[in-house]
Amino acid sequence: MSNDLSLKETQKEWHGTLKSYVIGFVASILLTAVSFFIVMTRALSGPILIFIIIGLALAQAIVQLLFFLHVGQEAKPRWETVVFYFMVMVLLIIAGGSLWIMYDLDDRLMSNMTMEMSHD
Amino acid sequence: MNNSLTIHHTPDPYADTRIPDPHQDTFSKTVLGFWMYLMTDCILFAALFTTYAVLHNNTFGGPSSRDLFSLSTSFIETMILLFSSVTCGFGMLSALRNQKYRVVAWFAVAFLLGASFIAMELHEFTHMVQEGNSWTKSAFLSSFFTLVGTHGLHVSVGLLWMTVVMIQVYLCGITVVTFRRIALFSMFWHFLDLVWIFIFTFVYLMGVI
Amino acid sequence: MFGKLTIEAFKHEASQNVAVCMMLLSGIGIIGIIFYTKSWKWLWNDWFTSVDPKRIGVMYIITALLMFFKGFADAVMMRLQQALSVGDSHGFISAGHFQEVFSAHGTTMIFFVGMGVVFGLLNLIVPLQIGARDVAFPFLNALGFWLFASACVLSLVSLAVGKFSQAGWLAYPPLSGIEYSPDEGVDYWIWMVQIAGVGSTMSGINFLVTILKMRCPGMTLMKMPIFVWSALCAMVLVIFAFPILTATLYMLTLDRYLGMHFFSAGEGGNPMLYVNLIWAWGHPEVYILILPAFGIFSEVVPTFSEKRLFGYVSMVWALILITFLSFVVWLHHFFTMGAGPNVNAFFGVMTMLIAIPTGVKIFNWLFTKFRGRVHFTSPMLWFFAFVLNFSVGGMTGILLSSPPVDYQVHNSLFLIAHFHGMVIGGMLFGFFSGFTYWFPKITGFFLSETLNRYAFWFWFTGFLLAFMPLYMLGFMGATRRLDHYEASTGWNSIFVVVGIGAAIILCGISVQAYGLFKSIKDRKKNLDITGDPWNGRTLEWSIPSPPPIYNFAITPTVDQLDPLWAIKRGQAPQPQKDYEDIHLPKNTPMGLYIGVLSLIVGFAMTWHILWLAIVCFIAIITCLIIRLSGEDEHDVITAAQVKEMEAASIRRREVV
Repeated sequence: MSNDLSLKETQKEWHGTLKSYVIGFVASILLTAVSFFIVMTRALSGPILIFIIIGLALAQAIVQLLFFLHVGQEAKPRWETVVFYFMVMVLLIIAGGSLWIMYDLDDRLMSNMTMEMSHD
Repeated sequence: MNNSLTIHHTPDPYADTRIPDPHQDTFSKTVLGFWMYLMTDCILFAALFTTYAVLHNNTFGGPSSRDLFSLSTSFIETMILLFSSVTCGFGMLSALRNQKYRVVAWFAVAFLLGASFIAMELHEFTHMVQEGNSWTKSAFLSSFFTLVGTHGLHVSVGLLWMTVVMIQVYLCGITVVTFRRIALFSMFWHFLDLVWIFIFTFVYLMGVI
Repeated sequence: MFGKLTIEAFKHEASQNVAVCMMLLSGIGIIGIIFYTKSWKWLWNDWFTSVDPKRIGVMYIITALLMFFKGFADAVMMRLQQALSVGDSHGFISAGHFQEVFSAHGTTMIFFVGMGVVFGLLNLIVPLQIGARDVAFPFLNALGFWLFASACVLSLVSLAVGKFSQAGWLAYPPLSGIEYSPDEGVDYWIWMVQIAGVGSTMSGINFLVTILKMRCPGMTLMKMPIFVWSALCAMVLVIFAFPILTATLYMLTLDRYLGMHFFSAGEGGNPMLYVNLIWAWGHPEVYILILPAFGIFSEVVPTFSEKRLFGYVSMVWALILITFLSFVVWLHHFFTMGAGPNVNAFFGVMTMLIAIPTGVKIFNWLFTKFRGRVHFTSPMLWFFAFVLNFSVGGMTGILLSSPPVDYQVHNSLFLIAHFHGMVIGGMLFGFFSGFTYWFPKITGFFLSETLNRYAFWFWFTGFLLAFMPLYMLGFMGATRRLDHYEASTGWNSIFVVVGIGAAIILCGISVQAYGLFKSIKDRKKNLDITGDPWNGRTLEWSIPSPPPIYNFAITPTVDQLDPLWAIKRGQAPQPQKDYEDIHLPKNTPMGLYIGVLSLIVGFAMTWHILWLAIVCFIAIITCLIIRLSGEDEHDVITAAQVKEMEAASIRRREVV
């Protein structure tokens, strides 16, 4: 298009800075290291361990979304952000719903009986 | 006769006659479109993750994740991918400053790191297959190889794409068109690192607990 | 060298040989006509390499209608078989072949007819209604079409070469796994659906970006026509649902080709996981089919009631609510497959909730007509048939949404009657309404209204006769997908009646086909001179019929709903007066090439001809790299040329 943007104007639309990449990088390394450390040294166990590493994963995901992928920093109307939130909603519904359904089905299987029968 | 065309209408003094979206240029449209593709990829991975969650204990009497996964390998892979993501970011910054050779250099580093990631993953897979623990053995192994392998396939496609972009930048420099392509590629590359966070957490870390 | 392909693949039973011959003869006939009229160059330049959504839309609809003939032929065969197969007779198709027929029928109608007409109409109408000259990604749009077309051709090939799937239109494992369906049928199905699905996802992204980013000045979201809103919601569904289909088919492919155990009966596989995932896609899919039909009626009803749409805001919210709810109901497709009461109850209640926004929409259309000046044109007749048939089908849906009731009638002919009420009474009648409404705009001439009406009455009575008795049969215990029902049931006379219903629908289709040909033949006598035959309210009626390649010489500016009525009443903002150069994307054969290569990849993978699949796959990657390495090139129509084209079209109108 003849009235399309020039290179300079296009580059203005991009939101990365050295600061954002370095912060994102350092934060990601820290979060990753803590996660692996906790599991490798068995510092914690049980459900609390699960919650913490999931929390660390979500934290790192948010860090990378903000500092590497610049979500939320695009020009108004922020369609990328809207689409992202919608995706998260669909993902939680599909994954959560599927896990609920599949665990419910599994519950109603008489799987204990087959285990006992194999001990004869 | 009912003149139903007489609908009482007062012109809206606050009518928005500006362009509904001020950014209708090719770059904005393409970035949004590519972002939407990344969102579809998120759903695709979500289906694979859900499948892994449902099937990961179905080892059919064979080895489980505790028997097979190495935390040190996955830690190194994670670090490699993280470094690759950041060097790609540095390449993007050089593109903002129209420094074509630096772009190629940073991307070359990112490429080598990405290729090492794939090499490590292939090594891990071949080792498992040679020990007899291939994807045909159980549902757990099928879902593991598919989830991690699909991520690896995405990375491999990314390596090919990266090569094409590097060649274009080397030959044509930073133009409106090549800048756009660098931007889209870097979104893809960062996205793959994002997915990997969930793989190392849900597959490797939780697999070893 | 040829993988699993042998000469045996070309041998079929008698009825199938007839079908293959008819298909080949039709194909040869069409190619013959093209040679006779020497139209190859025109087809290549104006159609096959086009990236103009107006052209792509027409190609989608033509392809979908051709596939409709195949799908309907499948339906006729099923009706004939069930009517004839009584007592000692076992009809004229073998049991295995019958299973291929119902599998092909469902696959064709949903993927190739339904999605085809939806994307066809979106291509034709959405850019015009938002005042845009093009879509956001013209090449991606074209590529989406060619992948769709390639999947259609693959399904026709599956008729002639080898067997089709016998596992139904959704191919549940373990039946669809390699152990119980070792032959090529399910593989054909996987590749054609997967290829079409990728095309749909691409088109979904394209239209969503188009609607969000390319509306003309002043057209905020709440000033868009409802058809565009319905397209937006449908595309949101496409983007978030189709990846689930892609992933699930991918896993089924891995099971079949690499011996994996996602869905196998042994080694830890879980077939219910497939059912769960496929319906997580499948339910949004049926809303993808119906929302555009709702959008069509929101255009047709106000125009032919000479009254603005009642309750615009509630219509928008109803669409949004339906879009959201369609993601939380999918289990209702498998209430009977082992889930506990809590799970069933939750999804049952969610399903019942969807009736509410749907009901709001139907009432709003009816309120639109109240005190309006209703014209009983054929688009309106289709609307009336829709209200009756879709509502009945919807109410049986509410019956089915209750798990205890569903336990009685799941997988019976009651279910068949319900969903055909939805897709035929809803989607197809909506398409027919939109097709007859917008036909003059797209082609520049009118369909014969008389023949439209005859076709309508045949379809309406035929549909009632062919599907209402199925509710009864379902209640009485008739299971679906059976090629033979015992004479002791006493149901044979009912099967004959529904067979007659199908025959009446066939009359309707014949009248439609004849009407199309006759209207094309008589087109010079029935030109749409004004471009606005129905006193339209939306922007597509403000440009000539057919539209010029650039759609709008001057991009319109709007400030309210129903912008064309505003213009006619002198209440519209004054647009800028000067013509500008217009840039349009160049034609390209790449979409067609990638489509053809995908077709070969699908065929080669089905028959395990590995070398061919790899070679063509590499060729596809090469084409993509070439295409995505080029510069942004455009054709330019100068301001002077635009001025001349506009002047010429005004002269044409004044001659009459």
